[in-house]
Amino acid sequence: MMAGTPTHTKRQVIDDSFLENRAKVLDLAAFLDRVDRAAGALDAAGAKEAPDDDFRTDALRRAIALLLDGKPERARRILELWSDHSTEPIPAAPMKGALGTVDLR
Amino acid sequence: MYIDPHIHMVSRTTDDYQRMALAGCVAITEPAFWAGYDRSTAQGFADYFRLLTDTEPKRAAQFGIAHHTWLCINPKESEDVGLAREVLGLIPGFLDRPNVLGIGEIGLNKNSRNELLVLEEHIALAKRYGVLILVHTPHLEDKLKGTILIMDAMRNQGVDPGRVLIDHVEEHTVRHVLDRGFWAGMTLYPDTKMTPQRAVDVFEVHGTDRLWINSAGDWGVSDPLAVPKCRVEMRRRGHLQDAIQKVSFDNPLQFLSQSGRFRLEP
Repeated sequence: MMAGTPTHTKRQVIDDSFLENRAKVLDLAAFLDRVDRAAGALDAAGAKEAPDDDFRTDALRRAIALLLDGKPERARRILELWSDHSTEPIPAAPMKGALGTVDLR
Repeated sequence: MYIDPHIHMVSRTTDDYQRMALAGCVAITEPAFWAGYDRSTAQGFADYFRLLTDTEPKRAAQFGIAHHTWLCINPKESEDVGLAREVLGLIPGFLDRPNVLGIGEIGLNKNSRNELLVLEEHIALAKRYGVLILVHTPHLEDKLKGTILIMDAMRNQGVDPGRVLIDHVEEHTVRHVLDRGFWAGMTLYPDTKMTPQRAVDVFEVHGTDRLWINSAGDWGVSDPLAVPKCRVEMRRRGHLQDAIQKVSFDNPLQFLSQSGRFRLEP
């Protein structure tokens, strides 16, 4: 396969995948609604209860802005947005897992 | 017919072998990985390496699947450099087993100094024995930084990038990896890596040279049939059988055959 050679027309892509992606947008909307409805402070450090105060929901909102900017390569740019851009190894691993995004605030 | 070049069958049931065989899987490779907990002794790794080189090939063969493996201590267990060096010392004793293709999956997890040190010692071991390398890149926000650090470590030791597969690439790392001459793997993992749809997007944007797909099926949320599902997605989107075969069979065959040990029959 040669790079940059899509097999389907724009119409075909939308016909094939609109419903699947419509559902994903609703899932995201419902997730943000669920966060809004949920009780309690976001962390033990005394953060305000507004969902914007969690670095992950903040990162989602910033990614949504990239979805709407009309520029190409949205997936790559969102992954870069959420990435650690430092270049030196850290002194020691603080945990095994990853959180999904750096704190962009 | 397809190859799943990265799957952890130690964590899967025998039924999964049967389903994979029915879907057309003829060969797999199983890198050594983190078991979900830190092993407390090097002897625990010796037992694991016996499983990878003796037990799993027999289990796979019952379903006509050829089983191969890669040996290492995973970066998630590399903070304890003393234990890591004990495990590194065990590996040469297993490298002559007939299903061992090389060192893997080595790499970084949180991009720490000790992880990098243990990675460098794995690379040196692979160079000393002239074997292939399979690389794990970090998760999520750590992936981009870790991928660059790993490729720099390979360059610093003069490793031939054509003998290294860098796995778990995504849209923000695939071009870096291919441009530096390495092979790249895309892991089809429901929440944290690539979907079949996104993997096919990558083929459409970056082509199919030096790229493969795998399930990395393990003890977490994962799908041992992810590779055939991606093949279906390619077909659904109108890609020709040649391209489907290239990414799910020909490319893994080409890379893995450099080991001199890869085979399609158990």
